[in-house]
Amino acid sequence: MEKILLLGDEAIALGAIHAGLSGVYAYPGTPSTEITEFIQNNATAKERKIHSRWCTNEKTAMEAALGMSYAGKRALVCMKHVGMNVCADAFVNSAVTGVNGGLVVLAADDPSMHSSQNEQDSRFYGKFALIPILEPSNQQEAYDMMKVAFELSEKLQEPVLLRVVTRLAHSRAAVEVGAQGDENAFNPSTGRGWVLLPGIAKKQYAALLEKQPLMLEAAENSPYNRNEKSGTKLGVVACGIGYNYVKEAIANFKIDGINLLKISQYPLPENKILDLAAECEEILVVEDGQPVVETDVKTIVGDKATVIGRLTGQLPRTGELDPDSVSKALGYETQSPLGIAKNLAGRPPQLCQGCGHRDVYTALKEVAAEYEGARIFGDIGCYTLGALPPFQALASCVDMGASITMAKGAADAGLFPSIAVIGDSTFTHSGMTGLLDAINDNSNITVIISDNLTTAMTGGQDSAGTNKFEAICLGLGVSPDHVKVVTPTPPNIPEIKRIIKEEIEYNGVSVIIPRRECMQTLMRHRKQAKKQ
Amino acid sequence: MILCGVGGQGILSIATIIGEAATKAGLHLKQAEVHGMSQRGGDVQSNLRLSTDEIYSDLISKGGADVIISMEPMESLRYLPYLGKDGWIVTSSKPFVNIPNYPDEAALQAELKALPRVSQLDIDAIAKEVANPKAANMVLLGMAAPYIEIVSVEQLREAIRTVFARKGDAIVESNLKAFDAGVAHK
Repeated sequence: MEKILLLGDEAIALGAIHAGLSGVYAYPGTPSTEITEFIQNNATAKERKIHSRWCTNEKTAMEAALGMSYAGKRALVCMKHVGMNVCADAFVNSAVTGVNGGLVVLAADDPSMHSSQNEQDSRFYGKFALIPILEPSNQQEAYDMMKVAFELSEKLQEPVLLRVVTRLAHSRAAVEVGAQGDENAFNPSTGRGWVLLPGIAKKQYAALLEKQPLMLEAAENSPYNRNEKSGTKLGVVACGIGYNYVKEAIANFKIDGINLLKISQYPLPENKILDLAAECEEILVVEDGQPVVETDVKTIVGDKATVIGRLTGQLPRTGELDPDSVSKALGYETQSPLGIAKNLAGRPPQLCQGCGHRDVYTALKEVAAEYEGARIFGDIGCYTLGALPPFQALASCVDMGASITMAKGAADAGLFPSIAVIGDSTFTHSGMTGLLDAINDNSNITVIISDNLTTAMTGGQDSAGTNKFEAICLGLGVSPDHVKVVTPTPPNIPEIKRIIKEEIEYNGVSVIIPRRECMQTLMRHRKQAKKQ
Repeated sequence: MILCGVGGQGILSIATIIGEAATKAGLHLKQAEVHGMSQRGGDVQSNLRLSTDEIYSDLISKGGADVIISMEPMESLRYLPYLGKDGWIVTSSKPFVNIPNYPDEAALQAELKALPRVSQLDIDAIAKEVANPKAANMVLLGMAAPYIEIVSVEQLREAIRTVFARKGDAIVESNLKAFDAGVAHK
C-alpha cells in the first residue's frame, strides 16, 4: 500500500474520495478549509466531476448535501465548529428525515480559539441530533474513518458526524491509503419520511429513537474504542487526539499501571466504561474541547468510581490539550530547562500592507471621529483586524452577518451614526437577510461592504457574490441613490470620506461598496499570469 | 524541532524539505502547522517531529525540542520553554520589526548570547550574496542541518533538489548554494 504525507484535513478529503464521494458542500472556515480545497484539486475528483464548488453558507451546504443523499449518492458537508450553528436546523432535522446515500457531516473544532470566537464542542450537536459521532485520533484514522462513516451512515440510514480539532486538521503525517472506490448509483428516495409534517415527523422521530441501541452496539464493537491495559492504578478515558498525549506521557515517563480506554466512536460505549469502573477507583477523562464525555462518564459510572478531568481541575477547564497538561494530569511534570525568555512581545496578525481594508478604516475612523457616539459594528473576516491597533475601530464582532443586524438594532434604540462593516463573502453568507430587515424598517444605518473579491481570511477562496453586490442591494430595496461604489486607495481617501459622511447624513439605509482586490490573491494572480 | 518566524517568511518551505528528506529516509514524521488568521504578519510556528519509532503527539512538550529554527531572533526566544537542555537555537540575526513594542535589540542580543547553544547569522545578507534574497530560508536550513542529526546534510541536499525540481535547474542550484553557505557557517 502507498504511504503519503497528508494533513489531517487532506486525509479526510482523500478518504472521502476513495470512499466513493459524489459531492462535497462547504463554506470556508479554519480549520476545515483544506478538505474542500484538496477535493477541488484532486485529479480523480475532477475526472469524476465530484461537486466541490464553495457554497454561500453552511446551511445551504448542509441542505444541498442532504439533497444529494436523497438522490442516493454519498455526500460530505464540511465546516468549522461555529458553522454548525448556522446549519443546525438542517443538521438536526436530517437525523429525523434520515438519509438515503451516505451523509457525513465534518465539523472542525478549534479549542484554544486559534482562529475563532469560541471553543464550542461539536460533539454536543451529535448527541443533540441523536446520531453517531466519529472522532479520529490521528491522520490515518481520519482517512480510514471516512469509509467507516459512509458505511455506517448507509447502514443506519442516518447522517454521521465526524469531529476533528485544529491540531489534527492542520498536522501532517504519513498515511497508508487504499484503493479508489466506486460512487453510488443514482437512486432517488421514494420514501415519505422526508416530509416532516407533524404526523410524519412523530413517526420519524420514533424511528430515530429505535435506532439508538444499534448506534450504541456499533460503538461497543467499534475497533476504534479499545482497551490498552498495563494495570489498574488509574483508569483513563482518552478521546480523539487526547489519546496521543496520554500515549506520549506513558512513553516519556515510563508510566505503569494505566488502564486506558481509547474512545473514537460515539455514543459512548457504556459497557466498556462500566468495565473500566469495575477495575479502577479513579477515572481520568482526557478530551480535547468541552467536558462532554467527562459529564457522561460520571452519569454512567455513578458511585462506582471517581471521575476527574477538566471539571475537577486536573486538566485546564479551557483551551486545547497538550502533552504538558496531560502529563501533569497523570502526575508527571514536564520541565523547561532553559526557562522563559524576557525580551518578548506579542505579535498579533495584521492587515497586509497595501490592503484595501486599511484605506476603508482610515477614512471611516476619521469620519466617525467627527460624530460623538458613532459606533462601527464589525463582522468576521480579515477586516476584524480593524479592531486591533492602529485602527481600533470596531465596537463588535460576534457572528457572520451580525454587523448589519446589530447596527440596525442599535439604530432602532437611537444610536447615531450606526455603521456596519462587513466583507463581501460574509455579506452573502449571512448579511443579506439582515439588510432586508433594515430596509423594511427604513433603519438609519450605513453599511460598508468591503469587497476584496474573495474570501480572504481563509486563503482566498471564491466569494459567492462577486460582481453581484450592487444588484443584490438594489434588489433588496436599497434606494439607487444610496448604493455607492468606491475604490479604496490612499489617494481616494478624501472622496471616500465625503461619501461616508453624506451617507451617514442620509436618514435611511445606505450601502457603500469599497472594491479592490485582496493583495494576497492579486499577487497570486500576477504570479500565475507571469508563468503563462 | 520547532520552526518559527513571522507569517510569510517561508518556514513551511523549510518544513517541506525536512519532511521530504525524512520520508525518503523512512522515518516517522508529525508536523503541526499554523494556518488561518495568524499567517497575516503574526507569529507563526510549526512543530516538526521525526523519529525511528511511532510518534503519538503532534505537539512537542516543554523541554522536548532538540532545535529551534527561526527566521527571526525574537521569535526564536518565544519557544525557549520547549527547548531541551542540550538544544540549539539556530536563527536569523536580523529583527523583523512590524510591532511598536519590539524589545530593545541590544537586550535581545544579550539574552540570546547568554544562552549556551545559539547559532546566528544575517541570512538575508548571505542569501543575497551567494544566491538570491528569496533563498534566505535555505541558508537557515543549512545552518540548522548539523543539528538535525536524524537526517544527513546530503539527504537534505537531495530533498532540496526534489522539492524545487519543478521550478527548474537554476532555482535548484541557487537554493543549494544558499543551503551550502548556511552549512559552511558552522
